[in-house]
Amino acid sequence: MPIQVKVMRRPEPGRTSYLRAALKGMALTFKHMVNPNKVTQQYPEQQTELHPRWRGTHRMEVHADGRPKCVACGLCPTVCPANCIRLVGGEDDQGNRYPIVYEIDEFRCIFCGMCQEVCPVEAIHVGRHFENAEYTRDRFVYDLDRLMEQDHPTTLLWDPSDPRSE
Amino acid sequence: METLQPISGIPALVVMALKVLIVFSGVMGVVAYTTLAERKISAWIQDRHGPNRVGPWGLLQPIADGIKNFLKEETMPATANRFWFVAGPMMAITPALVTIAVIPFAAPLPTPWGVVDMIVADIPIGILYILALSSLGVFGIVLSGWASNNKYAFLGGLRASAQMVSYEVALGLSLVTVLMLAGNVTLTRIVWQQQELDLWFALPLSLGFILFLISAFAETNRLPFDMPEAESELVTGYHTEYSSMKFSMFFIAEYAHMLTASALMATLFFGGWDLPGAWDNAFWYEGMLISGFDAAGAPIAANPAWWKTLLTLGAFAAKTAFFLFVYIWVRWTLPRFRYDQVMSLGWKVMLPTGLAYVMLVAATILVLDLLEVPYGLTFGLVLTAVSGACTAGFLFFLDRDRVISGASIPYRQDRPVRLPVTEVGPEVSQVTGD
Repeated sequence: MPIQVKVMRRPEPGRTSYLRAALKGMALTFKHMVNPNKVTQQYPEQQTELHPRWRGTHRMEVHADGRPKCVACGLCPTVCPANCIRLVGGEDDQGNRYPIVYEIDEFRCIFCGMCQEVCPVEAIHVGRHFENAEYTRDRFVYDLDRLMEQDHPTTLLWDPSDPRSE
Repeated sequence: METLQPISGIPALVVMALKVLIVFSGVMGVVAYTTLAERKISAWIQDRHGPNRVGPWGLLQPIADGIKNFLKEETMPATANRFWFVAGPMMAITPALVTIAVIPFAAPLPTPWGVVDMIVADIPIGILYILALSSLGVFGIVLSGWASNNKYAFLGGLRASAQMVSYEVALGLSLVTVLMLAGNVTLTRIVWQQQELDLWFALPLSLGFILFLISAFAETNRLPFDMPEAESELVTGYHTEYSSMKFSMFFIAEYAHMLTASALMATLFFGGWDLPGAWDNAFWYEGMLISGFDAAGAPIAANPAWWKTLLTLGAFAAKTAFFLFVYIWVRWTLPRFRYDQVMSLGWKVMLPTGLAYVMLVAATILVLDLLEVPYGLTFGLVLTAVSGACTAGFLFFLDRDRVISGASIPYRQDRPVRLPVTEVGPEVSQVTGD
């Protein structure tokens, strides 16, 4: 016999009150009805405070002159377990590598944050943001320009207030 | 006093058309906003906010719902009986909307052309008309359940008919007590009798009111008596196969029935549009609008005014709204009865109680008449005492688990708990020990 068996005790005849229980229930629901403290979060007006380590929509960091920080080293597409990053790298006259194509498919992404962890120049980040609804599916493939436009806060890979996290 | 004549001629026709229009659109409006109230109150009871996106405080939600229902796709099951499938919703909605016509909703309104009665049709059969037509609504439910060719819909329809038959009896018996006390079936007359008695019938006929309340819940198929819909058992019962406006019509019919039942409860047991005191009393007595009789028995002319009409209209609306609220409140509190509980409550409790109560009220009225007690406050108070004793007995009987086994007693430490004796061997504790 497994432990924690719940034994239903049947009502004893003559000691049961349907009516009293019904009235009690009515009083309870009335109390809840007039209680002004509701549990609903009024979502669009009242935003959720996202956790510092929340991993959401990606963003690409940019230099002061507007170039992406990415050096097209190819680590993020390599480490990506969902294979959602497409990177085509190029090289300019001074021999600096830069991304010609950098696309992230937000549908395939599993938001593990490993691209951010692996990035040697802290260019690609996952962010504290989740409202990315669109009308068409192809809008979910974010290209380089779109990743650079994102301005939401980026994810902290560890919680600085928690000594155990590092 | 030529202004105290009832309105007649061409103005009467115009006024009649206006009354039909206003009452019909009023009923539809109240029904629409009752659905909003239902959603709001259910939300508040469950610590939520309810619809608040369409318009201020969600006040335009019923309009949005209506537009949505008009635009939705009409479905027709391939195996349905086409004629009755379409006719069912119409048969359900028509009786629900026409019954409100015989309920007086305010004191008579004086106009330059004569006094206007605040009732669409003051027909002499009054309550009988309501009983006849409101029971017709079940035909729509049964037929649409059958025509859907769906076993859940069919079961819902059958349950609706069985429940309607069972509770119509108790409803009729509780009405008999009102009719005996009022001596007439016209609703204007019943309101007048309550004004003359100086007591609303809920007190002298308290048990009748309780029986009527329970039966009215069953008749309108509202929880805890929503066997025909029973979401957890029958999908949604008789309207499972319906969509779009056809579904909406069942919905409107249900709420219109609720409105009629609430208005009826207010009229029969809570004085209708009457407010305490004799200042607003008005009744057509031998072609004359009177507010009562003086000590010698001569009629006193009534003095209608537009503000009296407005105030009494407000009183009627408040009483009806209160009962609508009770409907909603009960729905979001009590769970559904089991089917056999519904039947046993109807036939084994309501019917015998109703019969005994009718006998008792009849006997009391007979004794009071033999003792030549005048129809007035003393008359009412004696009946109140008798009915109060009956109600106390009825509630005591209901409260002792003879009828419906239900809520369990709370756990008490001082009472020995009889747990089944089980042997927990060492091998069991080893298995679950780590």
